[in-house]
Amino acid sequence: MAAKGCNCEANRREQFKELEPVMQKLADVPGSLITILQEAQGIYGYLSTELINYISERTGITPARIYGVATFYAQFRLQPIGKYLIMLCKGTACHVNGADMIEEAICDHLGIVDGETTEDEIFTLNNVACLGCCSLAPVMMIRSAEGDETFGNLTKDKVIKILDDLKERA
Amino acid sequence: MRIVVGQGSCGVATGAKKTAQEFENILNENKMDIPVSVTGCIGTCYLEPIVDIYNDDEELTRYVGVQPADVEAIFKSHIIDGKVLEEKAITADDSLFLEKQERIVLRNCGVINPENIDEYIARGGYKAIEHALKDLTPEEVIEEIKISGLRGRGGAGFPTWFKWNAAKEAPGHEKYLVCNADEGDPGAFMDRSVLEGDPHSLLEGMIIAGYAMGASEGIIYCRAEYPLAIKRLEIAMAQARERGLLGKKIFGRGFDFDISIKAGAGAFVCGEETALIASLEGQRGMPRLKPPFPAEQGYWRKPTDINNVETLANVPWILINGGKAFAEYGTDKSSGTKVFALAGKIKRGGLVEVPMGMTLRDILFGIGGGIKNDREFKAVQMGGPSGGCIPAELIDTPVTYEDISKTGAIVGSGGMIVMDEDTCMVDMARYFLNFTRDESCGKCTYCRVGTKRMLEILERITEGQGKPGDIELLEELASKIKDGALCGLGQTAPNPVLTTIKYFRNEYEDHIYRKKCTAKSCKALISYEITDACKGCTACTKKCPVNAISGSVKKKHEIDMELCVKCGRCASSCKFDAIIKK
Repeated sequence: MAAKGCNCEANRREQFKELEPVMQKLADVPGSLITILQEAQGIYGYLSTELINYISERTGITPARIYGVATFYAQFRLQPIGKYLIMLCKGTACHVNGADMIEEAICDHLGIVDGETTEDEIFTLNNVACLGCCSLAPVMMIRSAEGDETFGNLTKDKVIKILDDLKERA
Repeated sequence: MRIVVGQGSCGVATGAKKTAQEFENILNENKMDIPVSVTGCIGTCYLEPIVDIYNDDEELTRYVGVQPADVEAIFKSHIIDGKVLEEKAITADDSLFLEKQERIVLRNCGVINPENIDEYIARGGYKAIEHALKDLTPEEVIEEIKISGLRGRGGAGFPTWFKWNAAKEAPGHEKYLVCNADEGDPGAFMDRSVLEGDPHSLLEGMIIAGYAMGASEGIIYCRAEYPLAIKRLEIAMAQARERGLLGKKIFGRGFDFDISIKAGAGAFVCGEETALIASLEGQRGMPRLKPPFPAEQGYWRKPTDINNVETLANVPWILINGGKAFAEYGTDKSSGTKVFALAGKIKRGGLVEVPMGMTLRDILFGIGGGIKNDREFKAVQMGGPSGGCIPAELIDTPVTYEDISKTGAIVGSGGMIVMDEDTCMVDMARYFLNFTRDESCGKCTYCRVGTKRMLEILERITEGQGKPGDIELLEELASKIKDGALCGLGQTAPNPVLTTIKYFRNEYEDHIYRKKCTAKSCKALISYEITDACKGCTACTKKCPVNAISGSVKKKHEIDMELCVKCGRCASSCKFDAIIKK
């Protein structure tokens, strides 16, 4: 009588079933790792160790390699994020128009620094290189399930009001 | 009659979607059947949201700064009474911003609906590829581009025909064309505008390039930070495929070409060709030694040509109008037009397309309207982290690849960040070094460690801890990094420091020896003071986050500099300008 087979793989497929259509399409296509990671992060919000291991299992790419890619690019996150992801533009135009002051206001108001999430898991702050809305500097984009919203010509008071309004909605 | 609302990223950020919605609502309420459509960015970002109303003779009235609350007034006056609402219409002065330009790349941006292929075709779209396939050999296409003198608009300014020819001549049948849409320079948004405002002109340029070099597959490597651009490209590709303009046997000829999009994941170094290819292959984006050049061994080791968005968007125009017509713009060595993104402390920020060879003065003051709040012009930064700061005394420099290089900056992809007397040049250098330090891939020691060391010195200086010899040490490190780095990122990383030392050495010296920041921007070197103009209104005490301001009502207040965190909120809350920065 054969030993009872391990169900681990099937379980993991079940756990990450939202990723299955992406895997079906891309798991065996060379050069797709970044796209897979983007899709996975889009679904789960961040790349957990379990998720990385699962992607490794399906693609045959070692976890070390995947981790190397995930940490190389600014877009990927290894920690969960809040409901609202604040992408604060730190481009040149924003810098000369006072992006540092805006960052200070956000950090003071929420009690987090770049890369962190508030304790109530509502906000995550991520500084980004440039959003390309330079003539509206300083700018931030807030990403959530409701979509992306860009806010321009920020001042300290304006940014605090925006955050308070969002918090009320959350 | 039809209404068009500009909805590039800038427009959307200022509320253009809500404005468009408001027009639809009010038209519905009044049961009027006037179409409201979308267009990309016309370039006058400082006037967004922009609403264009065309009458039945296609005559245009442009309204600017249209918030939802303004819609009703425009509706009543313009649509019901047939009278232009002057207070919201664009002024003659602002119209000059557009009239002084020559628009080739941006010919359709802000005019057509980027989500409708028919509007592109109605303006002569896809005629160039038809002409190429029916009348020209690949050699003749390359010859036409050679005559035009078109050079890479992404930064390096390499002749486009040469790259196409190299890929064409490379042995092998499987070849790739890559469009670099990973616009990485902070402060540049030319490519975003083309992608969002006229995606078909890029697709057509790519198909032509593919035909010329014998590639059947094109890949657009686009920034993940540009979600709207990716969406519009996808729509455009689907429409082109439906019309048989992408796919098998384009125009019934024996030429197959299709395009896919890969979203970049945020790495500046991927602007370097070999790093970009590594990234396309799903690897860490680290550059490798050249040769072999991508034209010989690129994507999956096949011959690959990489061109920037703006370069390719020029191509359809060149084939229709001829390389000679393009070369009539600009100078001998820098032909054609170039798109620049004006940002920073400039009055009219936005996108401008001008013939190359125009002076910085004509661009910044003639078109850009000069400096915000009529402050003094100090410098303009060109070329992003690889470029440099050009000081006010060189404002009559013509903008050509050669002349800008002589100043120590580069034309780069076209970002122009304008700085006024409040911008500290040492802080600017620190800002860019912080950027390149972050973005260094870590492969070469000189770049990885060198940028870090330079940044530490610059941080020290801006924090008031600068030491004699720091400037010389920066210069020494700069030359070592330039020599010791493999790719363009490292080789050019010291440029922002070198140009600021070259033109603003006195500011460095002020920081180091006199512990003074001339621009009053470096926190550690400034202080706040309340003057006799203080009326004792107590507004500042309420704003101070650390309770550093004391004083009773109607009496002059004082700031305790021991407690002050120099956030500046007091100064901005004072109605009497009684708080000054020193």
